[in-house]
Amino acid sequence: MSPLRRFLRTPEAVAGAILLAALIAMALSASLLFPGDPQAITGPALLPPFQDWSLPLGTDRLGRDVLAELFHGARTSLAVGLAAAAAALVVGAVVGTLAGFAGGLVDEVLMRITDAFQTVPSFLLALAFVSVVGPSLGVVVIAIALGTWTGPARVARAEVLSIRERDYVAGARVIGMHPLAIAFREVLPNALPPVLAMSSVIVAAAILTEAALSFLGLGDPNRVTWGGMIAEGRAVLRTAPFLSIVPGIALVLTVLGVYLAGEGIVETTAVRRGLS
Amino acid sequence: MSGRTEGGAQARHLSWATQCQASDAPMTRALTLIRRRLVGSIFVLLIVVVGTFLLLEAAPGDAVDAYIVSTGGDAGMIELLRHRWGLDQSELTRLANYLWVLLHLDLGQSVTFSRPIRDVILERLPNTLLLMVSATALSFGLGSALGIYAGARPGSFRDRFLSIGSLALYAVPGFWLGLVLIVVFAVDLRWLPIGGIETLASDKTGLDRAADIAIHLVLPVSALGFIYLALYLRMMRAGMAEVWRQDFVLAARAKGLSRRRIVLAHVARNALLPLVTMLGLQSAQMLGGSVVIESVFSVPGLGRLAQEAVASRDTPLLLGIILTSAVLVIVINLLVDIAYAFLDPRVGAGEADA
Repeated sequence: MSPLRRFLRTPEAVAGAILLAALIAMALSASLLFPGDPQAITGPALLPPFQDWSLPLGTDRLGRDVLAELFHGARTSLAVGLAAAAAALVVGAVVGTLAGFAGGLVDEVLMRITDAFQTVPSFLLALAFVSVVGPSLGVVVIAIALGTWTGPARVARAEVLSIRERDYVAGARVIGMHPLAIAFREVLPNALPPVLAMSSVIVAAAILTEAALSFLGLGDPNRVTWGGMIAEGRAVLRTAPFLSIVPGIALVLTVLGVYLAGEGIVETTAVRRGLS
Repeated sequence: MSGRTEGGAQARHLSWATQCQASDAPMTRALTLIRRRLVGSIFVLLIVVVGTFLLLEAAPGDAVDAYIVSTGGDAGMIELLRHRWGLDQSELTRLANYLWVLLHLDLGQSVTFSRPIRDVILERLPNTLLLMVSATALSFGLGSALGIYAGARPGSFRDRFLSIGSLALYAVPGFWLGLVLIVVFAVDLRWLPIGGIETLASDKTGLDRAADIAIHLVLPVSALGFIYLALYLRMMRAGMAEVWRQDFVLAARAKGLSRRRIVLAHVARNALLPLVTMLGLQSAQMLGGSVVIESVFSVPGLGRLAQEAVASRDTPLLLGIILTSAVLVIVINLLVDIAYAFLDPRVGAGEADA
């Protein structure tokens, strides 16, 4: 049975894939379905959902279309989540490979730095970083990556430690390859699978961290974010709780989709590797 | 986070096992462990101090700017303050000064509070600790109990239901869960207070005050604890699945022990140890999570202080908070490791062989 068919036979994985597909569709169609500024005022303030079909999810405190904001927010969540996870995986894989392959003092220094990053609560670090550099999409991505690269680094290092003793690495040494070339061309690619297996957890964590940062007012002020929408709705929590609840549900479904699909992919590919 | 923590747990276990090889009694093992860990921690803390100092140094504006914004003052005043607070010296000198001050367990002066930073932090720390400890107890206790319940019958309906349900819970942002809890239990039902750590301007003392604080903590602790419950549940379940396959479980079955006894005394007990390591690794996450939860529930703790420091650009205060958290994480991990040294009999057995 091919991995794809195995994936399709796991109900949880399919549910995750559907959730993710819906999110991606939302992000891609945001400017087609809701052209113009999603932060523009389009109707009366605090219109409840399902009252006016031109504004299906109602409006917020300032009369902005909640559905339009939700679609544009999907974009930010997805972009930040993927970019931060990619940055964390790349940095983690490189640091882990260097530490594991070089050994000795390099390993010691790199791992103490990793320890230091794991000792400071990553959310506090992200908070400090954004407040120092100023909130923008790129800064938020870096801030999140700062706290998440350590996991992939440890996994990559552990994997490299076992790979570097293999025969083909000794062979590469004998033919006179540069150690850095061996590390990054021969060892790193083979150490990647367990690192990549972490990506769904990291994407999910990145999306949640972005939401928490923008909830505290440290997101990119020029973009709609789900965390920002929840914070915005908090002011009218008593009278219009849906304003906070709706974007929160979108967040939960997104993160759940990432977890389920990620778990499905890891499980189906792991089984395939086990069989071959 | 499961991948990251499992790898970490494994690495930690190995290093810990090698660290303790030289001695036999748990007490001596624990002491050796403490010594080695403290030496390692000093380097880690040094990296944290220097790194954070340099990061916050890059911030536009300094304490004087923040002070002048709040009080007003002219150029001469700015010059005078910069000189008095040592801000006109080079970066390296100030870093050295800061390290020197730190050695005296001092954190400097807060501009916004006009008080020693150490005092401000020590005043807020108990609230955060209370929140963290309660949330950890909730997530660890309920999570491992549900994990045992699910793992007792692998593959059953309740196992699948609990593992999917916990995953869904793990996908919930803590601050949002907090708001939903506020809407349901504080606004609609009016059962619990909406925020704060205790009723303001009440002269409650002793048990009354403790009860008051406990009632205020129900919602924030639930918001923080329920998220991480899933982690312990899933870890317990996975650990039990592994233990089920081992020979001593078969032996226990052959002895004719009841299923209940096998699950509790043999399978769950052996699967519990990795969860203890997890407690330490989770502490940094919990501290980070409490920043947002404290903001949602207006709990005057360390996390809320960090947010205030960010808002008022009080860099030395933020630096002090980050350092305090790092020390806290190190201490918690050390305590967890010591607990582990007393809990795990396997290392002792291994040493007897060696």
